[in-house]
Amino acid sequence: MFLSMNWIKDFVNLSGLDEIKLINQFSLSTAEVENDIQFKGSDISGIVVAEIMSVEPHPESKKLHLLKVDAGEQELTDVVCGAPNVRVGMKTAFAKVGAKIGEIEITPRPLAGYMSHGMCCSEKEIGISDDHSGIMEITDDVKNGTDIKDIYAVDDIIFEVDNKSLTNRPDLWSHYGIAREFAAIAQRPLKELELDDLTVYGDLPKVDMKIEDPLCYRYSCLQFENISRSISPVDMRIRLFYCGMRAINFLADMTNYLMLEMGQPMHAFDSRKVENIRIKRFDKDFDFETLDGVERHIDTDTLMICNGDTPVAIAGIMGGLDSEIVDDTHTLTLESATFDAASIRKSTVRLSHRTDASMRYEKSLDPELTTAAIARFVFLLKKYDSGIKVVSSLTDEYAYHYPEVTLSFDKAYVDKYTGIEIDNDTIVSTLNRLGFTVSCNDDKFEVGVPSWRATKDVTIKADIIEEITRIYGYDNFEIHTADAPLFPTRPEPVKKDEDNVKDILVKHFNLHELHSYVWNYADELKELGIENIGEIKLMNASNPNIETIRKTMIPTQLCQVKSNLGWADEFGIFEVGRVVKGLDSENLCIEEKKLGITLYKKGSDVRGLYFKMKAIVETLVDELKHKDVQYSKAEPGFDFEHPVNLNNVIVDGEVIGRIGLIHPSVMKKLDKRACVVFAEIDMDKFAAVENASIHYEEPSKFPSIEIDLSFLTSRFAPVSKAIENAACELIKSVEVIDIYEAGDASSIAVRLTFSDNSRTLTREEVTAVSDGIVADLEKDGIMLKK
Amino acid sequence: MKEKLEQLKEQLSAELGAAADPQALENLRVKYLGKKGSITDLLKGMKSLSNEEKKSFGQMVNSLKQQAAESISKRAEELKELEIKREIERMPEFDLTIPTKEDRGSYHPITLVQRECERIFTTMGFNVEDYPEVVTDYECFEAVNVPKNHPARDMQDTYYLENGELLKSQTSAAQNAILKKYGPQLREKGMPIRAIFPGRCFRNEATDATHENTFFQMEGVMVDKDISISNLIYFMKTMLSEVFQKDVKVRLRPGFFPFVEPGFELDISCLICGGETGCPSCNHSGWLELCPCGMIHPEVLKEGGIDPEEYTGFAFGLGLTRLAMMKYGIKDIRDLNSGSLKVMSQFTDDK
Repeated sequence: MFLSMNWIKDFVNLSGLDEIKLINQFSLSTAEVENDIQFKGSDISGIVVAEIMSVEPHPESKKLHLLKVDAGEQELTDVVCGAPNVRVGMKTAFAKVGAKIGEIEITPRPLAGYMSHGMCCSEKEIGISDDHSGIMEITDDVKNGTDIKDIYAVDDIIFEVDNKSLTNRPDLWSHYGIAREFAAIAQRPLKELELDDLTVYGDLPKVDMKIEDPLCYRYSCLQFENISRSISPVDMRIRLFYCGMRAINFLADMTNYLMLEMGQPMHAFDSRKVENIRIKRFDKDFDFETLDGVERHIDTDTLMICNGDTPVAIAGIMGGLDSEIVDDTHTLTLESATFDAASIRKSTVRLSHRTDASMRYEKSLDPELTTAAIARFVFLLKKYDSGIKVVSSLTDEYAYHYPEVTLSFDKAYVDKYTGIEIDNDTIVSTLNRLGFTVSCNDDKFEVGVPSWRATKDVTIKADIIEEITRIYGYDNFEIHTADAPLFPTRPEPVKKDEDNVKDILVKHFNLHELHSYVWNYADELKELGIENIGEIKLMNASNPNIETIRKTMIPTQLCQVKSNLGWADEFGIFEVGRVVKGLDSENLCIEEKKLGITLYKKGSDVRGLYFKMKAIVETLVDELKHKDVQYSKAEPGFDFEHPVNLNNVIVDGEVIGRIGLIHPSVMKKLDKRACVVFAEIDMDKFAAVENASIHYEEPSKFPSIEIDLSFLTSRFAPVSKAIENAACELIKSVEVIDIYEAGDASSIAVRLTFSDNSRTLTREEVTAVSDGIVADLEKDGIMLKK
Repeated sequence: MKEKLEQLKEQLSAELGAAADPQALENLRVKYLGKKGSITDLLKGMKSLSNEEKKSFGQMVNSLKQQAAESISKRAEELKELEIKREIERMPEFDLTIPTKEDRGSYHPITLVQRECERIFTTMGFNVEDYPEVVTDYECFEAVNVPKNHPARDMQDTYYLENGELLKSQTSAAQNAILKKYGPQLREKGMPIRAIFPGRCFRNEATDATHENTFFQMEGVMVDKDISISNLIYFMKTMLSEVFQKDVKVRLRPGFFPFVEPGFELDISCLICGGETGCPSCNHSGWLELCPCGMIHPEVLKEGGIDPEEYTGFAFGLGLTRLAMMKYGIKDIRDLNSGSLKVMSQFTDDK
């Protein structure tokens, strides 16, 4: 929203103050002001009122004319002008020789062979409107040669306030409301608005009007006729233009002007079209043409202004084309009303049509405004068009009153909340300037909230704190730390594990942490031939491609692998992220925090890559939990999983995740000449595993004996079982030193290390143990390799 | 005989000088001192001498033998030193301009920034919390005083799920849970609530270089008996100065957020120009809008089981994604979720 300092100064005297500083203060105390403050009129000078005394056609040009103008000097000035609307006796804005318009300085110059000593200007050239159809026509009775800035408010400071910062302040959608803030900040009095006394029309007939719907809180209207003026005064047009609105005609400009001044949207109907005003909703949908000529679909939730049963306007949003003021309109009905804010907001969303009026209604306007706005309207109308005649009494139905808000608190509350000392007088005067009534006895405050702040904005005493402190200024706060006792902090176990897991994966295994989305990208999965997996869908995804919430992180990681092919021949990625497994018995999402790891390597050594993943998983469990990992064969749950080598990862008998290979049908689409291994660990289950401390064993001071045994087998499990069966405390470690894969001739070599902490072992006792293991395995048909 | 002795002495001295390696030296030792060596031979030739002569000559030969052994071992030492000297000379100087390449892993930039913030707050006595991404309407809105008709609830802003839950649109969705979790300790033991919650948020909006539908925030809350606006400004200033490793100026402007009252927009002095002059990166204002904050709304405290008449608190929501972008100069927000290793592998660590 654009705001004019001139307009604000109508209501508060700011003389002697730095206006830019005040605007910056407003930004810190009230609402955010955008950066570029505009100094209107600062780039023009030397433009005066001049009268065209003669008009001659230019001998060389059809478009140009040779003028003599009276610019208030002793002699007439010769000017060559190309505007189509030149005529003798017309007064216009004239840039004399030496005048400046932006970067241009006016000098005498020849135009098609004739010298021109100045330039007649359009309103656009002066910057007061976007009208460039001809030169400006000045109808006011002003002496020739008068500087245009002396008669019109061309000079102004315009600043913009971010609309978003005004969402909770319906009162700030107007110059008068903003002026109230400036008055409070500058500690100057706010002037009363000059209003017409509407009670004098009390004997005139009322307008036939009735609110038939609770969504209309108040409806006020008044009829008048005999409007003779069609073009608004220049100063009014300048203000509208500077504030981002186009001048249309006097009546339309007046309603816009009132809206910008008081924040109350108004609408003028042709009285013939609104003989009996009814405010209501309809039982059936229908189409309705608004005054911008657009056919709009109206549903049964949209509040309408009607003439009997005929809709004439969408309440709070826009008038209809049929009831618009036309050339032969002579009686007007002026509407000034308040509607339910939420209803207006929802209607604008459904209609996809937001207007300056609806933007204000959405904020919960103060219903007290409606009649005051009419009184102000009539006051200004009479000022600019003295012949107008009011022909009805003020007709006003006030169906819903917001409750009055009174708040009590004491000084201690303010002290506690602010943490600084603000004295009682400052509190009282600040609140008074903002329109609150205050009584203060013995450090106890009783505050009455003004109607324009009581529609939703100020409801509790903490709101009053904001009023006091923002005007006091946060920059003036003395800041200090809190007096709070100290206690140790304890990180959430899952958070702690997550941090450590990331460190191990990055520092020890050189993996890369990537982020992704919580939903699957259906098209990317399709390219890999993976069915979109997920039980839960977004209800309002703008893009159907992302509507499924993922159930596993691995497909996302496969897509990431695909997009990084060619980056390196071998890499590993991981993410700690969320998936939704499904719904629980209460229909709530079962969300799981997962660690997804995917390893990629060019070539065919899938076993090597799988064992790297096994090492990663076991390192995580060993480093963070000091526990061993067991595995069990898992059944594929998803179509991207390879049915072979899919294993559950088990710690303390609990399945905490799984590791596996990618199904060949997916691998063919991903990369035919590479291997991919994945692991997915449930972080909450991982965190729940109890941390066994490091198991320390004092090393033996006596020599150890190593025995290597090679068995003809392709599986390690029976060997490890036989070693376990030997139950020999002297065996300190078992290491697989060689694996030979060759079908029936496969072998596995193990190295057993024997030692004792109290003596040197003999070869005989050690051989006896290893012979026992060999014999045990031979019983199962696993022979020692000779 | 004597001449021979002298001759041998000179000969040895000359040959020692010529022996350039340990093997040559060993050969010399054998040649002179071995069982069949020249000096040993001298002793053998003494048989023909008288006892008197034997005694004096024997002394001379033994002396020579001793001298020879000493000079050989001295020469051996010299050769060792020479060899080390040569080894040093043989070592070429390496060209350090040749780049190295060590395979390293990487963290996501958000992780790096998040860890830094967590570290700062942990040292200030805050607990780090962990909460889900899918939340109920109650947690995200109702519990934090976002009334039914508030525009933030509009379908276009929040991702709703088919079961009526939603993807949290702000980390304030965890405030209620945090208040309920630590409320009993506050009331019973007087332990102030100090918690931060870094988490991922979701907004249903179109993405471009500066907008993402998925981003990270860090919520912070502190509740105790006399927490004030003055404390809030102190904590924000201290924390942000720590994050940016310089003394930043902060300023508060009124900002409307339903979960706080009063609510603020917090700006920090521009990190580039320091706020004095204004520059392109702060849009010539000298300030950067950084994080919304405020005093926790009494209704929010109440809903979390905390009596707003007895306790007050502040809350803030720091944009971790924004911080990461500022810190590393990431221009396109979409890079963060791109999964591109070209981008992400650069963030090896940042301690």
